Amino acid sequence: MEEYIVFDDVHFSRGQRKIFNGMNLAVPKGKTTAIMGPSGTGKTTLLKLIGGLLMPEQGTVHVDGKSVGQLGHDDLFTLRKSMGMLFQSGALLTDESVYENVAYPLREHTKLPEPMLRDLVSMKLEAVGLRGAIDMMPSELSGGMARRVALARSIALDPDLIMYDEPFTGLDPITMSTVVTLIKKLNDALGITSLMVSHDVAETLSIADYCHIISDGKVVVSGTPDELQQSDSEWVQQFLQGRPDGPAPFHYPTAPIAEDLGVKHG
Amino acid sequence: MVNLLANVGVWWLEILQRVGRGFLFFIQILTGLPALLMRPGLLIKELYSVGVLSLTIILVSGLFVGMVLGLQFFMTLSRFGAESALSVTVNLTLLRELGPVVTALLFAGRAGSALTAEIGLMKTTEQLSGMEMMAVDPVHRVIAPRFLASVIAMPLLAVLFSVVGILSAWFIGAGLLGVDSGSFWAQMQTSVDWYNDAMNGIYKSIVFGIVVAWIAVFEGYDTIPTSEGVGRATTRTVVNGSLAVLALDFILTSLMFGGI
Ligand SMILES: Nc1ncnc2c1ncn2[C@@H]1O[C@H](COP(=O)(O)OP(=O)(O)OP(=O)(O)O)[C@@H](O)[C@H]1O
Ligand SMILES: [Mg+2]
Repeated sequence: MEEYIVFDDVHFSRGQRKIFNGMNLAVPKGKTTAIMGPSGTGKTTLLKLIGGLLMPEQGTVHVDGKSVGQLGHDDLFTLRKSMGMLFQSGALLTDESVYENVAYPLREHTKLPEPMLRDLVSMKLEAVGLRGAIDMMPSELSGGMARRVALARSIALDPDLIMYDEPFTGLDPITMSTVVTLIKKLNDALGITSLMVSHDVAETLSIADYCHIISDGKVVVSGTPDELQQSDSEWVQQFLQGRPDGPAPFHYPTAPIAEDLGVKHG
Repeated sequence: MVNLLANVGVWWLEILQRVGRGFLFFIQILTGLPALLMRPGLLIKELYSVGVLSLTIILVSGLFVGMVLGLQFFMTLSRFGAESALSVTVNLTLLRELGPVVTALLFAGRAGSALTAEIGLMKTTEQLSGMEMMAVDPVHRVIAPRFLASVIAMPLLAVLFSVVGILSAWFIGAGLLGVDSGSFWAQMQTSVDWYNDAMNGIYKSIVFGIVVAWIAVFEGYDTIPTSEGVGRATTRTVVNGSLAVLALDFILTSLMFGGI
């Protein structure tokens, strides 16, 4: 099995806080891989390291055989043309219409005539159910609609790799299943490598070929969805079932609350 | 005490780092300029929002500054019976100093702050990262056209400011206070040197344009991505931009017109 993305002993910190501490991860080509993990563990950071928006302090990130940190400006931008990324925030250009947003990467990197561009954009928007919103401005969209437009934009260039940062948040059940089907279809029909960050356990397990759960800067468990569900690790079971108590902490690391409130342990 | 020293050290290091980033950023912008020739549309759009939209404040300020200059100089000069020197004083003051300097200060407040806020907000809402992931370099696509548009707009606005200023000083002097209109223009022709006065004023405003635009786009790009960060960056553009203009004006004046 060919690997499309390889993390090799990656270290990364934000200020004093160590986010990745010797991260190793491999994402196979043409499959859907899911990354799960508690909020704030660095899933978005992981995607940004792959896109070269952030650089590892130590270790390497290889994408399609190229070490992202060592690429020059032009090579990095060439590599990015083969990547699509759905940002957690959507990251739509707020001064451009929905049409211009989806057309943006096409305009920048292709010389398609306007009518063809319009057709392509309509098709991408149709896939996310928003062809009717083509002339709206991002400020007129709801949160879920904005994310679907962003999704349409991230698949506009037919990339080899798509990274989805929480594609299901803020979607109603019907839209959610459309998006699930869309992600699956892109992967099955076009052989796109998908990397998905999500908290929606049921949806994620239903479309992923592989899952990695990360915590404390490392991959804690990996496996196929079946393997994970049958895992006898208490931590994994707690995470998948969303139980508040168990070995996985719900709180961002800090001093015990009693200390903050001035309560002395006797 | 040691703490204080350490803090001062850290503070200096941070400033040096920022200046270093600023220079690297400047070089990045310059490498983005040639590509703009292929896409004049981007530049024209920015020329409109940076230049045309600043016209009102520049023209109105030129009008009032010119009228005040006309009045003040007339009052002082007439005490020595030298009203006829009104033309020379007004013209030289506007072309050499007030045209470029006041335009640059107004530009920093009007267009510079808007640029910083716009770019800073684009960064805060991840639009710049989004562009990068679409393999579009935001420095080339967003920053470079805004920078170049500002550098082009500044001298044009300064010339307009001076022209409006001279006209309104003439209106006050010749129209209301009785200075001879013909000699006003004749004096302007004989005593204002095209190269020494007018061109040097334009060179000044090109330098101001580069510096103000550079500060504005860098502050925006280097914003801490929070609402407070954008607010502070905008303030810094106006404050640092204005101070830089005034300091540079002194340096340029002493180089161009001598005296020191
Ligand atoms: N710009 C930043 N500056 C400083 N720290 C940051 C920044 N962005 C993220 N962090 C820190 O990095 C850590 C990882 O952030 P990241 O966004 O990758 O988390 P995440 O796993 O995507 O969380 P979520 O599921 O909530 O989206 C967080 O603990 C956060 O505090
Ligand atoms: Mg995240």
